[in-house]
Amino acid sequence: MFESFKARAETSGNTEVKRFETTAQALGFIEAFIAQEEIKDEAGSYAVWADSSILKALDKNAMVAKFPGLHFDVTRELAKGAKIGITQLQWGLAETGSMAQDSTDVEQRLASALCWIHVAILPTSKIIADIPAFMTKMHPKDIKFMTLITGASKTADIERVLAIGVHGPERLVIVCVDDLELEGVAS
Amino acid sequence: MKQDLSASIHKALENQNLAGILDRWNYPAMRAKAFEGIDFEALRGKIADIKGDAAGRLDELAETFKKNAEANGIKVYIARSAEEARQYIGNVCKEKGVKKIVKSKSMATEEIHLNHFLDEFGIKSDETDLGEWICQLAHQTPSHMVMPALHLTKEEISDLFAEETKQSLDNDIPKLVKVAREAIREKFFEADMGISGANIAIAETGTIITCTNEGNARLSTSLPKIHIALVGLEKLVPNYTDAAPILAALPRNATSQLITSYVQFISAPTLNDDGSMKEVHIVLMDNNRIKMSQDPKFKQALQCIRCAACLNVCPVYRLVTGHVFGDIYTGGIGTILTAWFNELKSAEDIQALCIGCDKCNQVCPGKIDISGLILELRHRAANKEGLPFIYKSSLQVINNRKVFHTMLRTASVLQKPFVKDGFIRHLPMFLSGLSEYRSLPSVAAKPFRDIFKTIKQPKCEEKAVFFAGCALDFVYPKTGEAIVSILNKAGIEVLFPEEQSCCGIPHWASGSFDMAADAAEHNIAPLLEGDPKYVVVSCGSCTTALKKEWTKILKEQHKDALIPQAEKIADRTYMFTELVDKLIKEKRLTPKEGVELHTLTYHDSCHAKRHVGIFKEPRDALSATGFQIKEMHECDTCCGMGGSYTVKQPEISMQMLKRKLQNIEETGAEFVSAECPGCLLQMAGGLDKTGSKIKVVHPAELMVDKFK
Ligand code: SF4
Ligand code: SF4
Repeated sequence: MFESFKARAETSGNTEVKRFETTAQALGFIEAFIAQEEIKDEAGSYAVWADSSILKALDKNAMVAKFPGLHFDVTRELAKGAKIGITQLQWGLAETGSMAQDSTDVEQRLASALCWIHVAILPTSKIIADIPAFMTKMHPKDIKFMTLITGASKTADIERVLAIGVHGPERLVIVCVDDLELEGVAS
Repeated sequence: MKQDLSASIHKALENQNLAGILDRWNYPAMRAKAFEGIDFEALRGKIADIKGDAAGRLDELAETFKKNAEANGIKVYIARSAEEARQYIGNVCKEKGVKKIVKSKSMATEEIHLNHFLDEFGIKSDETDLGEWICQLAHQTPSHMVMPALHLTKEEISDLFAEETKQSLDNDIPKLVKVAREAIREKFFEADMGISGANIAIAETGTIITCTNEGNARLSTSLPKIHIALVGLEKLVPNYTDAAPILAALPRNATSQLITSYVQFISAPTLNDDGSMKEVHIVLMDNNRIKMSQDPKFKQALQCIRCAACLNVCPVYRLVTGHVFGDIYTGGIGTILTAWFNELKSAEDIQALCIGCDKCNQVCPGKIDISGLILELRHRAANKEGLPFIYKSSLQVINNRKVFHTMLRTASVLQKPFVKDGFIRHLPMFLSGLSEYRSLPSVAAKPFRDIFKTIKQPKCEEKAVFFAGCALDFVYPKTGEAIVSILNKAGIEVLFPEEQSCCGIPHWASGSFDMAADAAEHNIAPLLEGDPKYVVVSCGSCTTALKKEWTKILKEQHKDALIPQAEKIADRTYMFTELVDKLIKEKRLTPKEGVELHTLTYHDSCHAKRHVGIFKEPRDALSATGFQIKEMHECDTCCGMGGSYTVKQPEISMQMLKRKLQNIEETGAEFVSAECPGCLLQMAGGLDKTGSKIKVVHPAELMVDKFK
């Protein structure tokens, strides 16, 4: 499942898929990534990180101390000035390389839609087949707002030439984590 | 109106931006790749079932949707007309003091000319979809339903952006896209309201689904504090899972993607980032959709999911774009929707642009008989106002066998001054438009019906009635002789009932269903005389008439008594190569060995390929008799003849022909063949004008000396 998810996702437009066995490794990667992208406390260089279960394993204060441009309370103004937006997604869809987001909380949307680079954390165990499978997992009866995200923002509106990064992220980095949210998952 | 249309056709044909862009896209191949591993027929069967069922109960689904969405906290308004929809949106704006609006792409808002209406209230609504924004800057309407600005080049767009953003810009597309991002970004933050459409509305949960690639719909539904979605009733489906097949077909067909970048499911208002509650309104719009659903013929048009595949494959759309062929909704389906959602008047002219090639029907995920519905529009328009007088009288003449045949015989004498090598290259002034790009064939000195009487045939047990069709009888009699000779070799005696006359396809294609039924009626008894085993036809269009349309049209015109005989004819009808292929496979015809091999490219007539599904048989038969097939690009795209289309839309017809000729030339084959005298006439005339060496020959004449 992971392999076909990765293959599809990586052909869906400026998307890389990384995989880590442990949460600690994944957090290490993200920390290095934030450093590499030179996140600073000025508009255009922020990183915003919307609430997610992986954060239980992170010392937020220590991170903010290290990266003053990193913000865990996502407002529209911060998201607007964000270079990186980090969110955690609920499900991965192997057939299309998509990820399903519970978007009820506006922070999730702001952090994933306004930045230049979207870092998407996905529990590897939550990769399922396709849209019909997704429909058995997430239902609009229970969730007010859901989004399927596939690749970076793109357009072919000018002469049918593909261009990346129109109104949304121009790069998508998917971080699959093997030991995340294993409880109660029958895969 | 008529003048306007030909002027705009002329203008459109001079600008082939969109055609070039569509060609470079290579849509058919990309689409096929996107559908790899998917059974398209099964998928569209499902979609047609779901949407067909929904179309039968739009009112009920709208009520269910309203109840469920309102229970979630969304305000739902059912607008009966465009005016009601506009007023509702206008009132919300007034109440909430809305000054600025961001819009993500929505055809429904175009349908009701919402921007213009809001403008009058001093409300600025900015399009945020890149293509729509470009159209807005250019003060133009969309030329394509999915990619609205496809008719503009990057140079033109660069100029528009430069003017809007007051900077000088080059023509680099990725850079232009970034300019747009920057210019539009602030608008999302400033807007008081976001307006969107929806691709699907789920009644069971009160959910709307939007599919976008750019991400503008995410921003316009999330940043402003008010969101209004304008949704046509035809977007309703009963259940959540009904969305799955639509989500599978829509992106694959629309942009040859497996899925769009963002698919949003909105079922309830959510909190804004300042803790206030968002206001969500959904306007479900009828605007004649209920009436459409009550029309037994047009109800199926509500199965459309607006993927625009029918535009991408349409040879006419490609040439003239949606600015000519369509209105807000463009192309074949646009013609139909324009008729219903605007008024029949404006669709009356544009329906005449469809050549009836059926390419659209093959790719439609809603399984809509698009070309059939356009024909129905033509039929209704003809009934309401009558056909143009001159045209009607010529059709009536065709139906009067004796008069028509006398005229053709006279023509054979009158044309003499213009004929050279069997072609008319220049016509007297008033008809010269017809021979500018294409020589016309001359009418044969002796029609097939006269020659037939002189042919000596062996007496055989098995009989085949030969239905020649007008063009073969009077223009290509040699083809008829070849057919008799080949069938004789298989031990089949050919009968030629003199009473036969036009098959009725020209009448049918012009919407005169009554005259088409008359044509069928004239022919039925003669064709069954002598109880033949086969009815052999040498033309794809006549084959369609005999195999399919006669029974349908007789039923429609309430001539039920004739149907059993028409069905008998349908069962016995073979297109000539179809029968030859069968006879070869049954070893009743044996190709000679050691014949010289020739190269050939085969053009599929629209009727043969898509109405009766015959395309393999002619190739098999020709291959078996020593012709090596070199397939041309787009072998089944219309040559532009389309019966009387070439007379009514000469400019478009000639552009289609040009393209066909180029594809033929590129194969380098010695021969081009097609089983339709109309296509043969068009292609031969075109190749003659260009001085090509490629010979255009009917399969029967190619194969006549190839059997033992
Ligand atoms: S039948 Fe042919 S010409 Fe007519 S709309 Fe369809 S594709 Fe276009
Ligand atoms: S008519 Fe069919 S092919 Fe054309 S836009 Fe609608 S669904 Fe697509």
